[in-house]
Amino acid sequence: MIYYLILIFFLLLLMIGAAIYSIVQKDLLYAVIGTGLISLVLSILFLLLQAPDVALTEAAIGVALTTIIFIITIKNTVRFEDEVYQKKPSKTEAK
Amino acid sequence: MNFTLFDLKIVEYSFFITAILVIMIGLYGALVKKSLIKVVIGLSIFDSGINLLLISIGYITSGTAPIFSPALVKDMPLTLENIKKLSEGMVDPVPQALVLTAIVIGFGVTAVALSLVIRLYRHHQTLNIDEIKNLKW
Repeated sequence: MIYYLILIFFLLLLMIGAAIYSIVQKDLLYAVIGTGLISLVLSILFLLLQAPDVALTEAAIGVALTTIIFIITIKNTVRFEDEVYQKKPSKTEAK
Repeated sequence: MNFTLFDLKIVEYSFFITAILVIMIGLYGALVKKSLIKVVIGLSIFDSGINLLLISIGYITSGTAPIFSPALVKDMPLTLENIKKLSEGMVDPVPQALVLTAIVIGFGVTAVALSLVIRLYRHHQTLNIDEIKNLKW
């Protein structure tokens, strides 16, 4: 019984830590891996809360598909968060 | 005296506190950050917190999954009294059905937001929301 409590508290603290990490992290690829970790921990918590169908859907969509579309977006745009602060020559300024 | 740790409701309250903290972290990321991808990441974290809050509201202590398996029914006629008796120790299935829909809708919202981010980057060559000011494409 006490091991069950320790497991639940560990998973909850891991979820909060991964959320803070993916907000604070400047490298967007690592931040996306952090959101994947949040979804994985959330799937285990759904299984412990007696919701196995929701856990299966979260594991499929939250871990795999959301991470894949975020990585596709980062591949098409910038990787680091600091790059958005650099002043780049754009088409609207040339006019 | 049959006193366990689950009588303290400490598990349910810790789930509520964690869900509200994750919602607050996601709201901070969506409101404060300058990068558009970070805003979408914050919205995704916000979705996860709301899903955890809804599922943990429907949970009762030491309940079972809301599934009528054949080993549980055991050739019992499915009258209303038998169904009430079988579903006493089960968790609430209504928030689970709602969250099952909300996960898929959250994925769709994230996909649309990221496609808009890619379109904005191809037009403005930046993702800083302070530099994207003009409304005319």
